Amino acid sequence: MALISCESVSLAYEGNTIVKDLTFTVNSGDYLCIVGENGSGKSTLMKALLGLKSPSEGKIFFGEGLHKKNIGYLPQQTAVQRDFPASVKEIVLSGCLANGKFKPFYSKKDKQTAIDNMKKLGIENLSDKCYRELSGGQQQRVLLARALCAAEKLIILDEPATGLDPVAAAEMYDIVRTLNQNDNLTVIMVSHDIEHAVNEASHILHIGNTPLFFGKKQEYLFSDAYNQLSGKGDTQ
Amino acid sequence: MSIFENIAYYFSFDFIKYALIAGVLVSLCAALLGVSLVLKRYSMIGDGLSHVAFGAIAIAAVLDIAPMYFTLPVTIIVAIILLRMGQNSKIKGDAAIAMLSVGALAMGYLLMNVFSTNANISGDVCTTLFGSTSILTLSKQDVYTCIILAAVVILAYILFYNRLFSVTFDENFASATGTHSAVYNLSLAVITAVVIVIAMNLVGALLISALIIFPALSAMRVFKSFRSVTVCSAIIAVVCSLAGILISILCNTPVGATIVAADIAVFALFALIGKLKKA
Repeated sequence: MALISCESVSLAYEGNTIVKDLTFTVNSGDYLCIVGENGSGKSTLMKALLGLKSPSEGKIFFGEGLHKKNIGYLPQQTAVQRDFPASVKEIVLSGCLANGKFKPFYSKKDKQTAIDNMKKLGIENLSDKCYRELSGGQQQRVLLARALCAAEKLIILDEPATGLDPVAAAEMYDIVRTLNQNDNLTVIMVSHDIEHAVNEASHILHIGNTPLFFGKKQEYLFSDAYNQLSGKGDTQ
Repeated sequence: MSIFENIAYYFSFDFIKYALIAGVLVSLCAALLGVSLVLKRYSMIGDGLSHVAFGAIAIAAVLDIAPMYFTLPVTIIVAIILLRMGQNSKIKGDAAIAMLSVGALAMGYLLMNVFSTNANISGDVCTTLFGSTSILTLSKQDVYTCIILAAVVILAYILFYNRLFSVTFDENFASATGTHSAVYNLSLAVITAVVIVIAMNLVGALLISALIIFPALSAMRVFKSFRSVTVCSAIIAVVCSLAGILISILCNTPVGATIVAADIAVFALFALIGKLKKA
């Protein structure tokens, strides 16, 4: 059984249907990029996958023992976070709250998980630094480390390279690729950066009002949907 | 008499002890809530709620109901409404709060004037707005209320500290990983409403938001982790309210305004330290 299967899912935002009749599956080890123009429902679909929003029609099934709590989520940064006084350690640890039932304090195991994930992303030396004083790329790594603390099999990334300089963005894509290939972590990435999406992903889901394409990357490169979006990208 | 003898003399009175206990505990609760409220950009909610509480007290006086039984539920309900408004941003949150706070202020004053039972209206209004001496007339029961409230707030704060951090820092992530952000926001609003209504006796309706925002803002100038900011604002709150109450007794100044003045002084000091640290 697939990790996630969406069956004829429709999504509505404030009463307006923005995504209609969407069917796709994500298997363990896949690297799926969800692409589409602004307002095409990428973020709404992501919220539905995370269980923050229920689809207006259709159903989303989780398989292979995946629980929606154990999806590692890398959201876009919010205005609140920019001047938030928090140490890197505090933020990464908060990802461990997803594990298990209500506990008032973190266990030793939680702390170890946090340290392991900081090491994996090369930020263990920043552990006591203040989040708001880090560079954009470092901040993204902190949030990714937090997501990894919550993740068992799957991470969902919302535009992880937005606002990063080209070097930091490339590093971010490297990290995600490594996680996908070496740790066999399933990745779902929402992106408007079509070039990187087709470079990195194994599968592409292109959505508009109706799903325009779902399938392997190699097939996507020859589809009308790709030509349409990448052609538009060139003229901008 | 030296200052210390003077203080020792005042401490022999029960009402001074009551004022100190209640003052310190209420400021402590306000400061703990303040850290989350300030970081979540909810500072204005505290301000709005205090004005609503003023309006509610005026209505309670007109209807001749015990102020606490009327003010508390009204303020809690308004807190919940304000929070909801912030979420569905059809009416802009800040405009809604501004509207509500001046509205409540005006209606409260109007009602107090029209249906006045006391000859000294401006005295009444001033007392409600700026607290004046009511902290020195607390009963034993008031003090117990403060102690229970503080115990509940502090215990809840410690138990939910990690989740509160998660929700404050990133509501979306917290919800996605199984923390019920909406419940935490609601609890935050309700507890804030309770603290505001109780703290009105202390510093008055107009100055209560100072107790909420100043300690957190001061601590944020200097400290860089959530834990150190929280601990520091708790300490600032306790020190400032102690100092404020003692100075007000010794120098015969209004209690609420003196506490807030102490908070402002500490903020200036911390802002300076923060600047020096950066340079």
